[in-house]
Amino acid sequence: MQPRWGTTVMSSENESKEGISSIGELLETAKKCRRNIVEMVHRANAGHPGGSLSAIDILVALYKTRMNVDPYNPDDPERDRFIMSKGHASPAVYAILHEMGFLTAEDLTTYRVMGGVCQGHVDMKWTPGVDFSAGSLGMGLSFGLGTALAATLDGSPRTSYVMLGDGELQEGQVWEAAMAAVHHEVGNLKVFVDRNRIQNDDFCENQMRMFDVAAKWTGFGWAVHECDGHDMNAIVESIEWMDSITDRPAVVVAHTIKGKGVSFMEDNPSFHGAAPNDEQLLIAMEELE
Amino acid sequence: MTLVASRDGYGSALVKLASDPEIIVVEADLGKSTKSQNFRKLHPERTISLGIAEQNMMLVSAGLATSGYKPFASTFAIFTERAFEQVRNGIARPNIPVHICGSHGGIHTGTDGSSAQSIEDLAIYRSLPNMVVMHPSDFNSTEQLTIQLAKTNSPSYTRTARNKTPVIYDEDAASKLQIGKGAILVQGGDVAIIACGVMVSKALEAAELLSENGISATVVDMHTIKPLDRNLISSLSEQCGCFVTAEDHSVIGGLGGAVAEHLVENCPAPLERVGVSDHFGQSGDGDELLEEFSMGMSHIVAAAQRVINRK
Repeated sequence: MQPRWGTTVMSSENESKEGISSIGELLETAKKCRRNIVEMVHRANAGHPGGSLSAIDILVALYKTRMNVDPYNPDDPERDRFIMSKGHASPAVYAILHEMGFLTAEDLTTYRVMGGVCQGHVDMKWTPGVDFSAGSLGMGLSFGLGTALAATLDGSPRTSYVMLGDGELQEGQVWEAAMAAVHHEVGNLKVFVDRNRIQNDDFCENQMRMFDVAAKWTGFGWAVHECDGHDMNAIVESIEWMDSITDRPAVVVAHTIKGKGVSFMEDNPSFHGAAPNDEQLLIAMEELE
Repeated sequence: MTLVASRDGYGSALVKLASDPEIIVVEADLGKSTKSQNFRKLHPERTISLGIAEQNMMLVSAGLATSGYKPFASTFAIFTERAFEQVRNGIARPNIPVHICGSHGGIHTGTDGSSAQSIEDLAIYRSLPNMVVMHPSDFNSTEQLTIQLAKTNSPSYTRTARNKTPVIYDEDAASKLQIGKGAILVQGGDVAIIACGVMVSKALEAAELLSENGISATVVDMHTIKPLDRNLISSLSEQCGCFVTAEDHSVIGGLGGAVAEHLVENCPAPLERVGVSDHFGQSGDGDELLEEFSMGMSHIVAAAQRVINRK
């Protein structure tokens, strides 16, 4: 099975609308994405629902209000880049790419299936609209720094957005990239930290204490902002704040809840990387009505 | 005999490539040593320094490459290995054409000692799908093959050497080299000596001595370890019937390993591998260490005599 890189997959029912979506529309889209995330993971009987549900509100706001991407031309060199560094949160990426028209509903059923468009971890060679092959933590910020530097060299306005997990910040490479981005005064690199406080084994607090995450970025010289990562107004304002920073890289530490939207997954380390069973799926779908 | 280090050939190639605006040089502090500074001096606007941070360097290069640039990223061979998983997952797996140069490869690196002497780089990069792996032998061949990389749409790893070695190719001969095609330097029918890097000049000396003793050897500069020139090895198996490999690298998994794999599967013939015998290096002069580790000219000669007797 050959990767489908370069193939434009269209979904006519989900063409992106002109203009900025209203907060109500964003919330509605996020709910649809949440349903798709839970269904994908349930169908595959594997995957990472917790970190997908914590990240999805940010992805919806970013793609619907800010990202310059075109499902008819996913390889457009002048597109903005989105780099999902916590690549296991792929269901969130596939869900928003579906809403944006890059993936069909049928494509979503191939999550983790052999030969499927939707690989276990996001993969630029398999999925139209995916800009980075992730799955090994700590690499995405460096890649985003590379795409941002390229845009600067080209004199292009394109922007690179990176999403990092908070557990991921334990990887040293993140801080290599953080230091270099400030050194090079990269103003077109924008980062979200999904601060959901849980990693694979347990709460971050028990695995590796993070202390003040925002202060770490401040110490490295970044422009730093914090927000509630599930308050759509706050997220949209944070994206606007990021736009206003042009002389250095900007990071938003988004305080989120792992598993947000599904009661039994919320703040529960067990649902970092576990699928709901049939009964749990029904409960989740009811809650996401 | 002119002596120049192959790393200078890398620096020279970057300068010659500079007229292509997509060429970009990425460094992790060691530009003075890898010779990427030759490019930096002329084109600072297209040279990106990332400090002593090799993992970051690999992925920044990948990001640049997916945005239309042709990044040449260099550090010491041993420090590229620090970022092995970054190369594996961030460059080779998505097949992004980033060109990595690891200088100071092999025990010939000398007095810095074993921490700086990579003896496993060729083996580990050869194990990655999509990668081109090269270890040219002299200034002109390194320059020529590096220039060819800019037209190669695959990720690559090229090892260069720190210390000066004899110039083997004049510019005209070097211009005929091709990535993936072994270069026959001497033709003979009794034994085929397949060498790479600093060991090519030793193999040529060995062939001369063998010839004085009535043994005619073929000497191949196998500058490209992957993709391996399998056709050449198969035809030499028929023509010579036995092989010696010579590399400044562990005998496990590098040139010797690659040649052995091909021979055993396709055209079995006796083989002796000259290289580092599964141990680390130490401080010393480069040539002195080659002798200490049984990798000198005389050891290639002895290996050739042994393998001929095994035919």
